[in-house]
Amino acid sequence: MTGPAVQVIARARGRETARVRVVSAGLALAVLGVFTAGIAYGDFTIGVPDLLGSLVGSAPGPVEFVVHRLRLPRALTGLLVGFAFGLAGAIFQRLLRNPLASPDVIGVTSGASAIAMLSILVLGATGAVVSFAALLGAVLAASVIYLLSWRGGISGYRLVLIGIGIGAALTSIVSFLLTRAGINEAARALVWLTGSLYGSSWERIVPLVAFLVVLVPAAFLVSRMLPGLQLGDDQARGLGLPVERARLGLLLTGVALAGVATASAGPVAFVAFVSGPIAARLVGGARAALLPSALVGALVTLTADFVAQHLFGGQQFPVGVVTGVVGAPYLLWLLAMTNRAGRGG
Amino acid sequence: MSTVEAATRIPGRRRPALVASLFGLGALLALVVLLSIVVGTKGLPLGTVLDALLRFDPANPDHLIVRQLRVPRTVAGLLVGAALGLAGTVIQGVTRNPLADPGILGINAGAALCVVLGISVFGIASLSGYVWFGLAGAAIAAVLVYAVGSLGRGGATPLKLALAGAALTAALGSFTNAILLTDTVAFDQFRFWQVGALTGRDATIVAQGLPFLLAGVALALGLGRVLNGLSLGADVARAWGQNVVANRIVSAVAVVVLCGAATAMAGPIGFLGLTVPHIARMITGPDYRWILPYAMVLAPILLLVADVLGRIVARPAEVQAGIVTAVIGAPVFVALVRRRKLATL
Repeated sequence: MTGPAVQVIARARGRETARVRVVSAGLALAVLGVFTAGIAYGDFTIGVPDLLGSLVGSAPGPVEFVVHRLRLPRALTGLLVGFAFGLAGAIFQRLLRNPLASPDVIGVTSGASAIAMLSILVLGATGAVVSFAALLGAVLAASVIYLLSWRGGISGYRLVLIGIGIGAALTSIVSFLLTRAGINEAARALVWLTGSLYGSSWERIVPLVAFLVVLVPAAFLVSRMLPGLQLGDDQARGLGLPVERARLGLLLTGVALAGVATASAGPVAFVAFVSGPIAARLVGGARAALLPSALVGALVTLTADFVAQHLFGGQQFPVGVVTGVVGAPYLLWLLAMTNRAGRGG
Repeated sequence: MSTVEAATRIPGRRRPALVASLFGLGALLALVVLLSIVVGTKGLPLGTVLDALLRFDPANPDHLIVRQLRVPRTVAGLLVGAALGLAGTVIQGVTRNPLADPGILGINAGAALCVVLGISVFGIASLSGYVWFGLAGAAIAAVLVYAVGSLGRGGATPLKLALAGAALTAALGSFTNAILLTDTVAFDQFRFWQVGALTGRDATIVAQGLPFLLAGVALALGLGRVLNGLSLGADVARAWGQNVVANRIVSAVAVVVLCGAATAMAGPIGFLGLTVPHIARMITGPDYRWILPYAMVLAPILLLVADVLGRIVARPAEVQAGIVTAVIGAPVFVALVRRRKLATL
């Protein structure tokens, strides 16, 4: 390749990287803003000085209680869960090269929901047991899907098809369990299925953080294989990539992220699905970069929870009711606006 | 899907073989229809059932069971199955996405929201009452998705349609959930509609849905050539002299009519529309002129077998057809996906 061509490519790549940085910085600021608003605003509104004071431990008692016991854990859970869902969604969508292939579509979330519903509706479980059941369900479903898709190797297309098949079966098991339970248990289960931050507490943030400290760096590390894998298996092998291992690594991280997030807050509707496409259109590339997707996930979740708590008068909703209303119209608007070739798809 | 697999995809079988196996499947369907009329909660001898069909005696309670319960229910299964199989095939061809199912145009979500509104706001308690809400909701949602998806310069590209549909599904699902969470009575009715079932579908409901379904089936069966063009991409379709925009609209109309009426009649039965086209494609190869009739025959076989099994496994109670379809269908689907070289879209 000649010098000028290399320079052109390098410049184009540089522009894309710069754009990702700018968008990420903007998103991070927005996340910070909504996060702060979530802590400060409510029936008991807290001024900025008190808020800062409480963070260093020098605020009056009630402020201390509201911030540390109630609002901070909830906002933090929303932030982390949204980040994890956004990241998981983008990994799946890019790995499987299909914008519809988020963990909620290809069966991972359905596995979490089915086992969690069993624990709630059949065993009457609550709290940590349900979380554990959800994580177990996600991992089980993903393993079954992966093993069934293995046929001397994994084809992305086969994995997706088997995933939706298994997902459909698990979803109808959830519907079935809902019809068999008493209406009160079913209503409680519906709150979990919608996804809520009601149960947030420091005790439950600790395991979430512990998982994410490992998973997030792992995700960014393995995602460096994504551009190679996206060329298709044969080309990737030609480039010397360990295709099966790279894919397994990406799937494992994606499943773990989605599973951990679902265990903490339930299958918060559509965050994993909308984050990737929104981020892709913000960055302007053909595909979603991971960091912007994760930040979009956090932003959507936090905004949705803020709306769910405050904008319906006395009525409070679980966050999953609003994530669809917050994220989806924005995605629709972006779709309508992107009319340049290669962007709208 | 790797390039190697694409190169070695199974070629369409020769015409006589395809015609013969289509007739074979038709015979199987006839057998399943008979089975669905004979098998039920009350064990009736075959002779009585045939008498009820051929020499109907209104004074005989057994004859009434056959004529007023089992026959309409079987006809409903036949219609709903055929409709969902066709709708799924059309939508996968138009969006060129193997993950697309009739729900992807927002149809199930629109129908569900309107049914919930019917129950919750208008206090409608009977199935034949909210059939119309379901149909209206499906149509409104599909028009919205198509409008958003076709904005911008590229027109209604497959990717934009799929994303817009999934996004609208997210938004509408949120509203549905919000109502269900605040209205336990509506949720109590909705959860039984949501599983998808043929239970209690009487002649009135069948008669209401029949004109829509017949029109939709006629329209969809004529789309073979159109889908062959669209599934190869807009450019190829144009090169064949097809009017891409008009064809996409006609296809969308067919899907809305079929899927809206079917969903209104039986509730959202997700699995059929998603998987039957893949099964049909494995038999026929990529020619939509063959995939369409195969899907139309395969889907009702699956649905009616599921319905019959649901009556047998939990006697005297019933397991809803939508659940059996997914639980029985998923392993079959997985086995098929594993066994065959996949024909891609």
